Amino acid sequence: MSELMKVPTMAEMTANGEVPEILFWVGCSGSFDDRAKKITKAIVKILNKCNVKFAVLGTEESCTGDPAKRSGNEFLFQMQAMMNIQVLNGYEVKKIVTGCPHCFNTLKNEYSELGGNYEVVHHTQLIQSLIEDGKLTVAGGDTFKGKKITFHDPCYLGRGNDVYEAPRQMLQSLDAELAEMKRCRTKGLCCGAGGAQMFKEAEKGNKEVNVERTEEALGLKPDVIATGCPFCNTMMTDGVKNKDKENETQVMDVAELIATAADL
Amino acid sequence: MISIIIFAILLLVGFGVFALNAGKIRSNILMGRDVNRSDRKSERLKVMTLVAFGQKKMFKRPIPAILHFFLYAAFVITQIELIEIIVDGITGDHRVFRASLGGFYTFMISFIEILSVLAFIGTAIFLIRRNLLHIPRFRMSEMKGWPKLDGNLILILEIILLICIFTMNGSDEVLYNRGASHAETLGDESFGFAISQFVGPALFSGLSDSALITLERIGWWGHIVMVFIFLNYLPFSKHIHIILAFPNTFYSKLTKKGQFTNMESVTNEVKLMMDPEADPYAAPPSDEAPPERFGAKDVQDLSWKNLLDAYTCTECGRCTAACPANQTGKLLSPRKIMMDTRDRLVEKGKGIRKNGKDYDDGKSLLNDYITEEELWACTSCMACVEECPVNIDPLNIIMDMRRYLVMEESKVPTELAGMLSNVENNGAPWQFSQDDRLNWKDEN
Repeated sequence: MSELMKVPTMAEMTANGEVPEILFWVGCSGSFDDRAKKITKAIVKILNKCNVKFAVLGTEESCTGDPAKRSGNEFLFQMQAMMNIQVLNGYEVKKIVTGCPHCFNTLKNEYSELGGNYEVVHHTQLIQSLIEDGKLTVAGGDTFKGKKITFHDPCYLGRGNDVYEAPRQMLQSLDAELAEMKRCRTKGLCCGAGGAQMFKEAEKGNKEVNVERTEEALGLKPDVIATGCPFCNTMMTDGVKNKDKENETQVMDVAELIATAADL
Repeated sequence: MISIIIFAILLLVGFGVFALNAGKIRSNILMGRDVNRSDRKSERLKVMTLVAFGQKKMFKRPIPAILHFFLYAAFVITQIELIEIIVDGITGDHRVFRASLGGFYTFMISFIEILSVLAFIGTAIFLIRRNLLHIPRFRMSEMKGWPKLDGNLILILEIILLICIFTMNGSDEVLYNRGASHAETLGDESFGFAISQFVGPALFSGLSDSALITLERIGWWGHIVMVFIFLNYLPFSKHIHIILAFPNTFYSKLTKKGQFTNMESVTNEVKLMMDPEADPYAAPPSDEAPPERFGAKDVQDLSWKNLLDAYTCTECGRCTAACPANQTGKLLSPRKIMMDTRDRLVEKGKGIRKNGKDYDDGKSLLNDYITEEELWACTSCMACVEECPVNIDPLNIIMDMRRYLVMEESKVPTELAGMLSNVENNGAPWQFSQDDRLNWKDEN
């Protein structure tokens, strides 16, 4: 598959005198985490399929600083932000799509005060607009027809930035049965990874947050738990394993579902 | 005449003491750091209208919202009757507006009476909810002792106030039937108020004129005395939200919830570090103020909006009920963060007023009230911010306290220290080299 993927870097494009429509900000998870890399590839396949002229920063990309900011290290956050802004402004980037709601939130909301002003969209927003514009058709792919899918709202996509509909509209195009958890949209329960919790053990309590959330999702007996965040994906996958349900329920990113349905 | 003098004293003392205590709250709030929340005024007005006046966010839970709305509406509308009571008290008149307002007066008082009955029902149900039903958010550890008593006292005060209103109007109604009321006779036989025209005769028709006059005065004085007790209780109670909900929603954060505050003090330092021209050994100008503490250790390190939030909190616990850390048994409770901030602010404010601006009691919000364990349990999911019916932001306080821990004291959980050094050294929270960032492209 990989030889079919076209992943130009900003450096290559600039050297060829080309300007991409949009920069794909892959993020640390999407670059290094084995599970999240699959999401990255699904996004790339969709972008390739729709002939979106995009580029990645590749080795010039660095952490946005989100986990540093949420854990209270504003110094490190701003160092990261300013280095990234230098790179982004150097390439005169105008529009960015991210594969992670945390990168999305940070680039969109927290870089502007430091001199980085970009139009930033989350991959679910971009893919949904591709579907809406008729550039991407998933019809014909019966992969998920009649399957029960529930969507877990990532905090920094939903509550943080009020994006609730784009991922749901994407799921509707799959012809699947969309089942909502009781705690959804503004009331969505965190997966437990936010605020840099992803990188540490939880404080003492009587339960792990991801188990609480996975139990709620599994209560609907879904075929798929869909999400739009690599961290949520990890937490929910662990939760499903914890409950020995990995044979009944899959955890997938909405981008992967669309890519699979569109037979990419 | 004596009653007019007593009334005037009551009025002066009632408003005077309230103004004094309200002033203390104001000066406590202004101990906080500055933050600009006076931009986009029309948007702010809209938020206040929807969230405070319209109680939009309350209606996420319809049943308590409707009951609460009864109390709220009755409270607001009763202020009109209060104006009459004050005018009557000063002039020695009785139902001074009745003759001039005519049918509108009957309508007004009837409206107040109907809302008062609804408020009575609401208050009674709230007492039952608080004390008999097992609603977890009313039974958490931070609600033991004074907060529980505070909640019940307010409801009991409200019930007494409502009883006074009906005692006053009911006995006056019977007196008016007999032509013995002090109100000006308009040639009719009844005031015609929606509730008291029935309740009055049903309860009080067996009493003599003189007993009724005494009863009416007890209701009247009881009402106004309760109002002043209530007013002067507010500055010491969570119930001050009835006032502060309005400014608090007006000064809401208008940006996306995901956008956390930018620390300009850090920006200046980082810019200096990244500027090749800057002289790292340059002495700071001698007139420069000493650098501000990074993040928050105590209440003065928080913004005035954080402190206004703390006073506005009415301890309903919706934030805590929605908190993922709290739901899974961790120590963190966003409501407790707000209550601790307020309690510490009251303590610190008292000390400063007594001992001067630089007073240090050796205590701080961090450690003496809020522990590191609570702060590190937060997932920054913004559920508490989303839930608050009056737009309080507990997360902002948690983050500022984390900033103090990390940047001033280098106190950070071991695993996070590892993550932070990875970000610093290789631009990712894990130990992967930045040069490998595009390897996924060629992997299968």
